[in-house]
Order: sequence, then C-alpha cells, then structure tokens
Amino acid sequence: MRPATPALLAVAALAAASLTACGEGSGGGDPDTVRIAYQRNTDNKNRIVDDYLAGIKRQFERAHEGKKLELVPIQAAQADYFAKLQQMMRSPKTAPDVVREDTFLIKSDIKAGYLRPLDDKLAGWKDWARFVPAAKASAQGQDGKTYGVPDGTDTRALWFNKEIFARAGLPADWHPRTWNDVLDAARTVAKKVPGVTPLNVYTGKAAGEAAAMQGFEMLLYGTGKDPLYDPAARKWVTSSRGFRDALEFVRTVYAEKLGPDPADALAPNVDGRVATDWLPSGKLAIDLDGSWMGKYWQPAGTRPWPRWTSVMGRVPFPTQNGAAPGAVSMSGGWAWAVSARSAKADLAWQAIETLQTTENATTWTVSDGQIAVRDDVAASHKYLSSMPGVDFFTGLVPYTHYRPALPLYPQVSSAIRDAMEAVTTGDATVVRAAKRYDEELKSVAGAPGVTARER
Amino acid sequence: MAGRHAAPRRRRYRGPAVRLLPLAPATALLLLFLAGPVAYCVAIAFTDTRLTGQASASFVGFANFRHAFGDDGFRNAVVLTLVFTVLSSLVGQNSLGLALAGLMRRASRPVRTLTGAVVIAAWVLPEIVAGFLLYTFFNRRGTLNAVLEWLHLPDQNWLFGLPILAVSFANVWRGTAFSMLVYSAALAGIPQEIREAAEVDGASGPRRLWHVTLPMIRRSIATNLMLNTLQTLSVFGLIWAMTRGGPGDRSTTLPVFMYDQAFQKSLIGYGTAVALLLLLVGALFSVVYLRLMREEV
Repeated sequence: MRPATPALLAVAALAAASLTACGEGSGGGDPDTVRIAYQRNTDNKNRIVDDYLAGIKRQFERAHEGKKLELVPIQAAQADYFAKLQQMMRSPKTAPDVVREDTFLIKSDIKAGYLRPLDDKLAGWKDWARFVPAAKASAQGQDGKTYGVPDGTDTRALWFNKEIFARAGLPADWHPRTWNDVLDAARTVAKKVPGVTPLNVYTGKAAGEAAAMQGFEMLLYGTGKDPLYDPAARKWVTSSRGFRDALEFVRTVYAEKLGPDPADALAPNVDGRVATDWLPSGKLAIDLDGSWMGKYWQPAGTRPWPRWTSVMGRVPFPTQNGAAPGAVSMSGGWAWAVSARSAKADLAWQAIETLQTTENATTWTVSDGQIAVRDDVAASHKYLSSMPGVDFFTGLVPYTHYRPALPLYPQVSSAIRDAMEAVTTGDATVVRAAKRYDEELKSVAGAPGVTARER
Repeated sequence: MAGRHAAPRRRRYRGPAVRLLPLAPATALLLLFLAGPVAYCVAIAFTDTRLTGQASASFVGFANFRHAFGDDGFRNAVVLTLVFTVLSSLVGQNSLGLALAGLMRRASRPVRTLTGAVVIAAWVLPEIVAGFLLYTFFNRRGTLNAVLEWLHLPDQNWLFGLPILAVSFANVWRGTAFSMLVYSAALAGIPQEIREAAEVDGASGPRRLWHVTLPMIRRSIATNLMLNTLQTLSVFGLIWAMTRGGPGDRSTTLPVFMYDQAFQKSLIGYGTAVALLLLLVGALFSVVYLRLMREEV
C-alpha cells in the first residue's frame, strides 16, 4: 500500500493540474481572439449563418492585424441552444465574447446579468441612427440601457399553394376575413384534394418558440388588445376567452385532421420539413409561417425551388372575427450582444461593427430572408429586389405586434406551448389546458403578478 | 518468515494518523468530486436559482418541494417513472434475463455464443445510439411497421400513442444483457447434486425452479433487482432520443421532467429539488429490496 501513496498523490496532482488547465484553455484565454457563439441549423444542408460568418471572419482578420475571430457554432434545436448559451455565459471561463440572442430572450438574459450594456459603444457609432425605433427598443433592458444590435426582424402571414387551391376550386387571390374562412378553406382542401395536408399551424413543445409565436400568438393577438400582458397594470393576463378561442382553433385543426399528423407536428424538426419538404413537394396547402420562407427556395437556399414565386401565394392572417384592422402579424428578430463576462469587450464590439457595416448588414438581411431594421439596408436595391414578397411582408409592419418584452416571457411562452401540446394530442380539453396554463403562469409570475380578464 | 515478524512490529509503533495517510488522497478525491457536487446540489434545491431572468438567487426553504407535490406534472412524472420501472426493470429485464440465462444453460454451444453476442451487443451500444435505433424501429415509417405490413398486420404508432410502452420496450432491449449475465453466474453456482437430488425426488421442472433454483439464487435476484431498478430510474438519454418525454407528457419520467424544468423552463432550483426527490424514490426501492432479502434468510 505504502509505495502507492506517492504515485496516487502524483496522479491526483496531475489530474488537478490538467483539469484546471483545461478550464483556462477553453475560456477567455488569448486576448487577441474574439469568440462568436451562434446557433447552427440542425439541418446540415442549411449553412446560411455559417457561410455568412466565415466571410465576416476573413474581413475582420484582414482589417485587424494580429487579431483572430473564432466561430463557436452550437448545433442544436432552438431551446437547447438557449440553454447551452446561458450555461456558457454563467462562467468567465466559458463565456463567448459575442453572442447571437433572440430578442424574445434578451430581456431575460439582461436581467440575469449575462450581457454587457453597449451604450458607451453605441454613442460613438454613427450607424446606430439608421436603426428603426422598434428595433432599437427590442434589445433594451428594463434599466433603459441597450444590450444588443438587432440584425433584422420578421413578420408573419399565411402562405398558400395556388396549384392546390386551383384543384380544390379555391381562388388564387384568396383573402380570408376571419378564422372561420381559414378553417373553411382548409376543410375544402381536405375534401377536394386528398393526400394533401390542408393547414399547418406550429404547435407543441418541440417546435419551440415557433409554436408560441407563429402558431398561438398569431391567433391570440387577433382576439383583442394586450391579450398576454397588461402593460397598464403590469401584470400577466390569465387565460381569457380569446386565449381559449385560440386554443380551440389549434384543437380544431388537429382534431379535424386539417393539420399534419400530430406525430409529425410535435417532432422537433417540423419547421425544417415544412420549408424543405412539404411546401416545395406540394404536400401542404396553407402554412401559417414567417416572412423568411423564401430563403429556403432561392437558388442558394437549402431547397432550391425555382417555381415558388408563381406557386406560393401570400395573404395576411385575419383577426378572429374580422375586427379592425383586419390583419395580424407578429414580429421578432435576433440581436448581436456582448457577454458581460467577456474580458475583451472592445474587440467584441469591433466584431459587431464588422457584422454591421452597411454592406454586411445588407448581405445578411438578404441571405437570411429578414426584414430590414436599418434605413440604409431597407433602401438598397439589393434588398428590395432580393426576393418576391419582401414588399408584402414589409407592408405588414403596421399590423404587427411584439411579444411582451419582459424577462418572464420565455417561461410564459413555455407554458403556452404546453397548453398547445395538450390540446393537439387531445390529452386535455381546452378548458383544462387553459386552467393548467393559469397555474403555470401563477407559479412563474407569482400570484400578485397575474390578473384575470374575463370578457 | 523474519520479514513477516518484523513488519507488524514496525507498524505497531505508528500512530493512527500515519496509518490513515494512504487513504487520504482517495478520501480527498471522493469528498471533492462526489460529496462536493452532491452537497452543492442539495444547496441549490433550496434556492430559486434560474438559468435566466434573475439577477441573483435566494434561499426559499422547502418551497420547491412544496411546489413539486402540488404540481400535476410532477405527479404524472412519478406515476410514469413507476410504470416505466416496473414494466422495463422488474417485469422485463429481470424476468427475461433469468429466462435467457436458464435457456442458455441448456442450449448448444453455438446457440449460446450467438445469443450471448446479440444480447450483449445491445447492452454495449451507447445509450444515445440505442435510442436512435429504437426510434427508427418504432417510427411510423420505421422497421417495425415495414415488418408488420409485410405480414399483413395492422401497423402501430406507439411512439405517439403509447410512448411509455415503447420506451419501456427499448429499455428492456438494452438492459436485459446485464440481468442475463448476473443470472448466468448465479445459476452456474448451483451444485449439480442438488438439482439431481430434486430430480430423483420427482420434482418437475417448474417446481424445481420455484423450490430449489430461485431460493438458491435469492441473493443474486435481490442484487440484480436493486442494480436494475436504480439504473432504470435514471434513464434519460434513451427516452430523450426517442420521444423527448412527449407527446404531451405521456413519457415524461422523472429524469426527463427534471431536465425539462431545469433547462427548458430555466428553473434550475426546482429541477434540482426534483432530482433529490428522484434520489428518494431510488432509496425507497433499495430499502424494499434489502428488507425482502433479509426476511427470506
């Protein structure tokens, strides 16, 4: 036993030494390297962000002699990407310098102290004046400071396949006025064109924020004013009549088999299948989805589809009963931010400046199919001629809504997705799912942070 | 001889501190890497730590545990965990492992080698690989339905309709090898004479199994049950890869529920509290097995 002791000690010391070395090596380390963390698409054919950032890396390293830009792709489904990013940002050893944050999450991460205010940098940056006010506000904390530079926004509407519509005897200039018009069209497709999925509405936990935003909130915000959060009372609103009506819509879509098979709708990669399989293959008639869909079908996209411009129609999503203004859209977007635990804030900011030159911002907006948030990009010929439908989706901006910009939103969104999944599978009735939402809301926001609004 | 006498004498003069010295590194490592994280975990379970949306965590006492007991989702997860454990560990892995071990003793050598290789291959596969394999097996467009269609039988959609059964089956498929190995060793330890004696006394096959074989391998059964159960209670990757706990929460066992709360809903404190409760469930099972074993002695 005895001779083994020094050996054991040595092994322990070695292990400890190598472990700590590991910790240091993987983190902040080199003062000349700036690390950018972003979400890599789980579809291996989709490398839009990666290709764009590879170009940025070359530019940055050419312009800043001796500096390096290291890309840290996180290939994961959206919810997993956020969890991973938050875990990385908790420790200075693993925190990336620049991170790409969804603006629905940014307020929450600001509150958690993960991000660094950028006001000192923005003050000396002339391009900041080019951003539209709504975009600027989307990356602002409750303390009034700005924590991120938005790189685009989006709007949402109905996409429909005119060829399938023709076979179903529906007009090519379809213009639904109410939710029922949408359901009726879906029912007509179901009856007249068998083998085609009539209507896709994202739902459930696996689809992540797409379910809450493209699916549920597009419905909910067509039922009345401030249905999710009451800004005057500063309280979250428990399930109202409109909330239950929206759930009922989702339930109807799946119970009447107007939507995709629930097993497909609740699978994590459903958004990819909609974009690169169901729509281009003519298997789906109507899709409630985002402004960016065209990017998949462009010649450089994941699934080139030359005929999409003539096949796919676009129409605003109606309010519940056609109440004014008659259309609903939701807007989100992503922003570049600097980690609070980064020791290289200056270099990180320079990287964001490189990302946000007029030329790079335009390239990004066009290749990712975004709606511009800067006036120089919005005015550029490259953007305006980039994709058919850019004008349509930009025209939805007056009808658009933003999600409640609050730290608790991500958890509220998660509760919404639970309720959607329960009615999609048929495990719970609408009333019961809404009741569980209320309970989850109370446990997240606390009883005083919640108000009921019965109409 | 002289050396053997000299050594104890020299040792006798050492204080207890010196004698414990060789144990110190191992103890330090255990404290640092085993007790440390466990204590940290216990500490977090009593706070409202969140992954995001909160500047600093504070102590909340038993609030997380109270929340758990009032939470439909938690209760559902406990029930599903029990179903999963009983189905896949007790009924599945354990009985099937014993049956395989018994049959293999009588089988010819090539059959034994082949069966052993196949069963153990499933066990050696990394959990996530097994998860994906069984996902493609049970998928609506997967292998099982192709076979059923070929046989002109109605197809299945268990991943959606009966996910807890699908993941239980997956766990049986993956974990039976372990029970089989334990029981093979135990059966090999039964003296041939006893079996022959029972045969001479006219005991039939089932009676021999019930009155001779099972009592003799009782200790192995208890050990195997305990190991199986504890391992099954903590299965996460297999379920996550196959169903992600869904659809709805039809296959959300405690480990999946814990992950969902901690990392998808950002409630680290609550998730950790659930982890401690899971530990409690494991401890309960262990106590039951230990008592069963003692009573029968």
